[in-house]
Amino acid sequence: MGAYILKRLLSAIPVILGITIIVFLIIELIPGDPATAILGAYATPENVERINRDLGLDKPMVARYFIWLGNMLQGDFGRSFSLNRPVLDEISDRFSATLILAGVSFVLCSIFGILAGVISAARQYGFADKAITFVVLIGISIPSFFLGMMLQLFFAVQHRMLPVSGMKMIYGGGDLPDILWHLILPATALAAVATGVIARLSRSAMLEVLRQDYIRTARAKGVNERRVIYGHALRSAMVSIIPILGIQAGFVISGAVYIEYVFEWPGLGRMLVNAILKRDILLVEGGVVVVASCYVLFNIMVDVIQSLIDPRIKT
Amino acid sequence: MMKFIKLLFRNQLAAVGAVILSIIVFLALITPFLPLQDPGATDLPNKFLPPFTEGHFLGTDHLGRDMLSRLFWGTRMSLWVGFVAAMIAATVGSAIGITSGYFGGRVDNIFMRFVDMLMAFPYILLAMAIVAALGPGLNNALIAVAVVNIPFFARNIRGITVGLAQREFVDAAKLAGMGHTRIILFELLPNVLPVIVIAMSTTIGWMILETAGLSFLGLGSQPPQADLGSMLGDARDDLFTDPHPSVIVGIAIFLIVMSINLLGDGVRDALDPRLRSGALSRPLPSTMVDRGGDIPTPTEDLLAIQNLETQFHVGNRIYRAVNDVTLTVKPGECLGVIGESGSGKSVTALSVMGLVASPPGVITGGAVRYEGNDLIGAPYEKLRQMRGDKVSYIFQDPLSTLHPLYRIGDQLAEAIQSHHPVSNAEARKRAIKLLKDVRIPNAESRIRNYPHEMSGGMRQRVGIAMALANEPEVIIADEPTTALDVTVQAQILALLDDLRRDRGLAIIFITHDFGVVAQLCDRVAVMYAGRIVEQGLTDEVLAHPAHPYTKRLIACVPELGEGRRVLAAIPGLPPIVSDLPPGCAFAPRCDKARPECSQGDIALEGAGSQTVRCLYPEEDIK
Ligand code: SF4
Repeated sequence: MGAYILKRLLSAIPVILGITIIVFLIIELIPGDPATAILGAYATPENVERINRDLGLDKPMVARYFIWLGNMLQGDFGRSFSLNRPVLDEISDRFSATLILAGVSFVLCSIFGILAGVISAARQYGFADKAITFVVLIGISIPSFFLGMMLQLFFAVQHRMLPVSGMKMIYGGGDLPDILWHLILPATALAAVATGVIARLSRSAMLEVLRQDYIRTARAKGVNERRVIYGHALRSAMVSIIPILGIQAGFVISGAVYIEYVFEWPGLGRMLVNAILKRDILLVEGGVVVVASCYVLFNIMVDVIQSLIDPRIKT
Repeated sequence: MMKFIKLLFRNQLAAVGAVILSIIVFLALITPFLPLQDPGATDLPNKFLPPFTEGHFLGTDHLGRDMLSRLFWGTRMSLWVGFVAAMIAATVGSAIGITSGYFGGRVDNIFMRFVDMLMAFPYILLAMAIVAALGPGLNNALIAVAVVNIPFFARNIRGITVGLAQREFVDAAKLAGMGHTRIILFELLPNVLPVIVIAMSTTIGWMILETAGLSFLGLGSQPPQADLGSMLGDARDDLFTDPHPSVIVGIAIFLIVMSINLLGDGVRDALDPRLRSGALSRPLPSTMVDRGGDIPTPTEDLLAIQNLETQFHVGNRIYRAVNDVTLTVKPGECLGVIGESGSGKSVTALSVMGLVASPPGVITGGAVRYEGNDLIGAPYEKLRQMRGDKVSYIFQDPLSTLHPLYRIGDQLAEAIQSHHPVSNAEARKRAIKLLKDVRIPNAESRIRNYPHEMSGGMRQRVGIAMALANEPEVIIADEPTTALDVTVQAQILALLDDLRRDRGLAIIFITHDFGVVAQLCDRVAVMYAGRIVEQGLTDEVLAHPAHPYTKRLIACVPELGEGRRVLAAIPGLPPIVSDLPPGCAFAPRCDKARPECSQGDIALEGAGSQTVRCLYPEEDIK
């Protein structure tokens, strides 16, 4: 097991390197003098000099990449000029907010998505199946940012049941119940689409499995139907559902950008939007590299869990 | 193509999606010609007029602009942007995919590595990095969204191309001296085009949503240009005081995305052949019963199948898999049921405990009696209690019939615990004993194995152990040795024979091999096209086969040491009821057939223990 995890972690290195290369190349697309391009509105002479020194912008492209990469490996992601502080500090301040929002939403969409899919499959063509299919269709078609706005309008403005936005109360807030309280609406809005997608795919995974011969064997030995579905069938269906969860995690992270924007959640997504609007390129680079690398690591975790469930995977 | 459209519209939801989408697209196309107000004309004194106001059907926005007009123009812009992004992604992605798939090797490797890396990003991060580099703006957002979707096309198209590139017509084109470019453009492209179109139809909704999202964040269209996303972003500032512009725009986006989703689902379903026949239905816990006709009276036998009729209902068609079959077994007796695949022998066996997959299976007549009690139509719980406890099954291929993710010890224990409330430790002990009973060495360590870790013969022993778990009275073995090689087959048969003698088990043995029947069975029933065509003591039937079909089956038994010779199987499903010729179903293949054979029903007749359903039997058994 340990060896397998190590192997998978090693395999992440080229992928993360690839991510840095792609981010680097994209930024290289900016026409004109790199220093002024990266600095944009902040291209004061001292900033230009500084960035030339930090990133070696007078050197050829390949050299520049390695300087940039080397700096990042030492924890130096450069300086955000719009915020006037190191990029890494800003990222680490906001990281936990995004982690909480995306993490909770991911757990929600996994649980409810699988549950809905399994019930739907078990009651195929029944009322529950039709109701779930209908709700799922709406769920996957409604843009998350619009859903977020409607939740705000209904629960926070018209009924004043939940806070409109933010992560904690300005005065005296910040403890766990307070954060959870603020989390309900954004997490719901963020989980909705992924829940729908997971429910759909779980339903078809279950239907596929229920036709297998070993399900007939289970029935033939007299296992009761509840156990056939929630034991035998679900266990096998998980083998195809888990990779879907990994993919959906990417969508949850993506959706978090919108939801953080709508709910003024102080996370990395909102940071990125602001950074782009202010053309703070180094902050964008840093944010993208960090989040994308986390996503790669998360997918490794998914693979490891998969290997625990499926003994046929060689570990 | 017509068939495809028909299938698509049989799916009502897809039709709804198609209609909504066509209306939206049509309105977007004719927007410039509609008598709409100027979408940019501000009128501050009249801002935030509610919908249905005189002159402003959908009210006005924060600058007093007409919402109806803005909605139309915004929709037009969003659709256009989504369409262009989809075209770019499809073109570039397909170009990469085709090139990669056609050339293979190094080119393929490099391209696909690159695609993998792009896919390692959560999509919006990549899009944002691109917008960050190019600067906010609708065109840049469009490019970003297109780039993000390129990997999807590249992957799919590459997969298809790899398959096509090995086909003869490509080789032929190469031999004819066609250049690579021409082969790609004139031979491959026309073949992958449908796939590209389908991939587009399933992703264009996403692309519209993604560009709208970037605009919503202020990274896409900049004023005065407006798409639905930026309109929603603007309206959001006044959401809490004047929500109607937000709601109107949001619903518009929702409708577009939903109609595309519905249509996309319909397209996918119509193209996936597995969904066509309704095969992706979940089999019910027990076979459906819709019994007509008289219910036969009870008999003394341990297990009696009486006048059983089982059909498959697929769409409007009815396949008569089992047609008026009567079989009985006594304790300690082994009955062979023999026939080709599709003869209905397996369906007969599965009908006993209601295990025929349903839908499409339906039991439509007859009775199955265990100690005189009819099981057809019995409540599920009663049936479940008998399954594995009184009547158990051994199936053909233990690799697919054992659960791949459970240890075999757990699967055995579960069989026991489904009928006896014993502790886990006790169940484990019994599982080990069972494995020993079926002569599996090292049973103590073997119980921790997964099925894929065992050999075929060992797996089948596990299958037998599982069938024996609750000491049943009847075992139904459905071709248990077909997947095994000859030596292992002999061992398994010997094992079954011992068990029968030691425990007084009744065995129904389903097979297509008369050699096996000869070794094991006391009596044999020969099935053809859902009916029994001959029945009798094994020795009798072997020595004097009366039905021409039986004779041919016996002729097929391989000589020792020779490979397996199998009679050509009847292609497809059993005869369709409407197509079933009157009289003898074997007539088209029978040397002795005469016109009378195909005239009316032929009865199963005979004086002694041997009966036959034939007008001109090989042997006179009367
Ligand atoms: S009934 Fe006629 S066609 Fe059928 S098996 Fe007998 S001889 Fe052949």
